[in-house]
Amino acid sequence: MKSFKSMAYPYIIWSIFLIVLPMLLIVIYAFTKEGNSVINIQFTLENFARFFSDKVFFNVLKRSFFIAVATTIICILLGYPLAYVTARMKPKSQIVMVFMVTIPTWINMLVRTYAWRGILDKSGILNSLLGLFGIGPVQFLETGFAVILGMVYNFLPFMVLQIYNSLSKMDYSYIEAASDLGADRLHTFLRVTLPLSIPGVISGITLVFLPAVSSFFIPKLLGGGQYVLIGNVIENQFLTSGDWGFGSAISLIMAIIIIISMHITKKLDKDPSSEGGKL
Amino acid sequence: MKKHIFTKIFIGLTVLFFYLPIVYTVIFSFNSSRSLSVFGGFSLQWYQKMFKNSDMMDSIFYTIIIAVLATIISTIAGTVTAIGLSKSNKVLRGITEQVNNLPIMNPDIVTAIGLLMLFSSLAVTKGFMTLLLSHIMFCIPYVILSVMPKLRSLDPNITDAALDLGCTPLQALTKVIVPQITSGIFAGALIAFTMSFDDFVISYFVTGSGVNNISIMIYTMSKRINPSINALSTVIIGIITTVLLILNITPIILEKRKEKMKK
Repeated sequence: MKSFKSMAYPYIIWSIFLIVLPMLLIVIYAFTKEGNSVINIQFTLENFARFFSDKVFFNVLKRSFFIAVATTIICILLGYPLAYVTARMKPKSQIVMVFMVTIPTWINMLVRTYAWRGILDKSGILNSLLGLFGIGPVQFLETGFAVILGMVYNFLPFMVLQIYNSLSKMDYSYIEAASDLGADRLHTFLRVTLPLSIPGVISGITLVFLPAVSSFFIPKLLGGGQYVLIGNVIENQFLTSGDWGFGSAISLIMAIIIIISMHITKKLDKDPSSEGGKL
Repeated sequence: MKKHIFTKIFIGLTVLFFYLPIVYTVIFSFNSSRSLSVFGGFSLQWYQKMFKNSDMMDSIFYTIIIAVLATIISTIAGTVTAIGLSKSNKVLRGITEQVNNLPIMNPDIVTAIGLLMLFSSLAVTKGFMTLLLSHIMFCIPYVILSVMPKLRSLDPNITDAALDLGCTPLQALTKVIVPQITSGIFAGALIAFTMSFDDFVISYFVTGSGVNNISIMIYTMSKRINPSINALSTVIIGIITTVLLILNITPIILEKRKEKMKK
């Protein structure tokens, strides 16, 4: 039996070097600066002070947060009905529908995001369609609308699949019981179906908010140079200006925002799900 | 009845939303004009341009070779590790699983800059090897994650019995454990392949010396309108769709053949 155990050791060493060490490097770079000739590096909070004192960066942070929240809300509003309808279909149609939602996620995100440029461009198909009605041409690209659309497009399948999973696992007899006990369809939905599907919504939020807040190629491809999000700032620090300390600090701030947001989301989950548990 | 029509329209619109960009890309890759909205006629000129562009062809080559190598290596490494972990004590397993979850939970860009700083600090020249290492690094966690549940549901007595009956540990591994977890291994390999094939963010930060994958190619080329990108995109869509179709149809064909054999 001992020989099986040792099969995990190489990966443990590997993960120390390729997973743990890079994370440590981010923390080290964020909190240090080059010191004098005696001590090579010094502890500093300069990188963080610079981020919060500069209004430009703070606005970028606010904008990223706003875009990610807006994307998440739209994904819930569109994804919930789609998941709900799917979960009520015949078993065979359910498989087809889930397959239809899943396929796009297997195709390269950049490919699919780039396609939107052709659709949303001033001379693109959407504008020529609007032109038939005498509208436009409307400037879609390089606006917040295009960025949010791109994010909703890329991340909506994750939300749908998570909510669908929790809805399809639900015991249908609860709904029958509710209607037997005299609840109308709206009440059944609000007091039985919705609370029971909250865990799916929560994991959907995680899968949408996290990539949305850190995305940098969607704003770059659809927002042009006009729409800078926090991911773009990090990219610039590492690939253009070469300021690793500052870039690491921004990544840490982003990571902390994500952790706090996830924590709040999980807290929100507690009340409705305990109510659901009492059913 | 009214409600029924409403739901159908809703489903139709969302499916349209999901597939419009994909269909658009494929159709306009055959466009004879540069126009974004008018289809001027069927032509293969963008494919010709793509085949003549050595950077584009290299990127296709690198994407495939990296995805294949990363899939093979991470599937083997991930499976071996998962088996090892399933026999390890709880503390070690718990910590390793936590560390293993980091690349999955972290935003890609955080993993990417961590690796970038690691490679640069060690003065490793960025290029094919760093790209491959990074891909293996982010693929293994998914393999472990899909193999682990299968191992957990295994009956340890069967392995013990095999060992008691004179199997060497290697035989027990290849003849008893692995055959029981094949579905998990295949699922992990499939996730690893698509993760590697589609990756942009991590590859973008850790590559260098002219080694680009298709995603990086599209990103750098997209500054100007360039219909060759549609041709390149169509190639990717074609490859992934073929892989998905084979994976989904093969089991059906195998089953039908089995039924025929029975008859």
